[in-house]
Amino acid sequence: MTRKKRLRNDLILIAALLLIALAGLLAFRLSRRPGEWAVVLIDGVETARYPLSEDLETVVSGAEGSNTLVIRDGAASIAEADCPDGICVAHRPIAEAGETIVCLPHKLVVKIQASGSAGAVDGGTQVGGNG
Amino acid sequence: MKESMGAQTKKLVFLGLAAGAALVLSYVESLLPPLWSAVPGIKMGLPNMVIIFLLYRCGVKEAAAVSLVRLGLSALLFGNLLTLAFSFAGAALSLVLMALMKKTKLFSIVGVSVAGGVAHNLGQILIAMLVMETAEIGYYMIFLTISGTVAGAFIGLAGALLIQKTRRLRF
Repeated sequence: MTRKKRLRNDLILIAALLLIALAGLLAFRLSRRPGEWAVVLIDGVETARYPLSEDLETVVSGAEGSNTLVIRDGAASIAEADCPDGICVAHRPIAEAGETIVCLPHKLVVKIQASGSAGAVDGGTQVGGNG
Repeated sequence: MKESMGAQTKKLVFLGLAAGAALVLSYVESLLPPLWSAVPGIKMGLPNMVIIFLLYRCGVKEAAAVSLVRLGLSALLFGNLLTLAFSFAGAALSLVLMALMKKTKLFSIVGVSVAGGVAHNLGQILIAMLVMETAEIGYYMIFLTISGTVAGAFIGLAGALLIQKTRRLRF
């Protein structure tokens, strides 16, 4: 294999990876919808859901620690957390269906859903009322 | 016998130095602010420069050993057990793929490094999906593929330069 051929293969690889990413980005953009719910999952289990339409500040506590979830102007973010890295706090607010904020040390995920199932609505607002 | 012992020692010292260099690069990287807070995990992959150098100059075993030492020490110094699991998944997938791609002789060091960079992100995201039991975070991979490709290309170029400049170095 000559140097030239290897260089050509490198460029094909780079172009292929970038094309795959761009296709994914396009698919992601096209499928996006405004979110209605901020769903809190701890260790993969849904523990609460809050409507994005109401401003809220609440502390979400799990076995590993706690995070302060804030909903303001239809977007959810983590204002404070006692995790070691603070990546979740640095994350920009999320508002579109499918977007997530992850706090790995606490095994906590906040994800945005387009519409909640009817059954979960009442439970979620009740939990939200405490915050 | 005596001479081969000397060569062994020399190699051991060299690999120790390489592990030290990789650790310093990890530290430098941990000081850099996140490029884009919306997607955690975007990194330059500076320590991979050392790993790729060893992969080409010594072999897979040496690269794996130094990578392991680097992972363990940087988790102790700058991270925790959970970050160790993530880094390990990324580094292991990355090194296996780089070794295989080097073996095919189809790609130059830049192509190998690009694959290594993207594989590192992929390994971490896969572990994250497992730990969090959430498939949604897979969409990070869209952005990480782009950043991993760009970072991998630059690290590959830097690695190639390093190998070229140290061609006369014997260890």
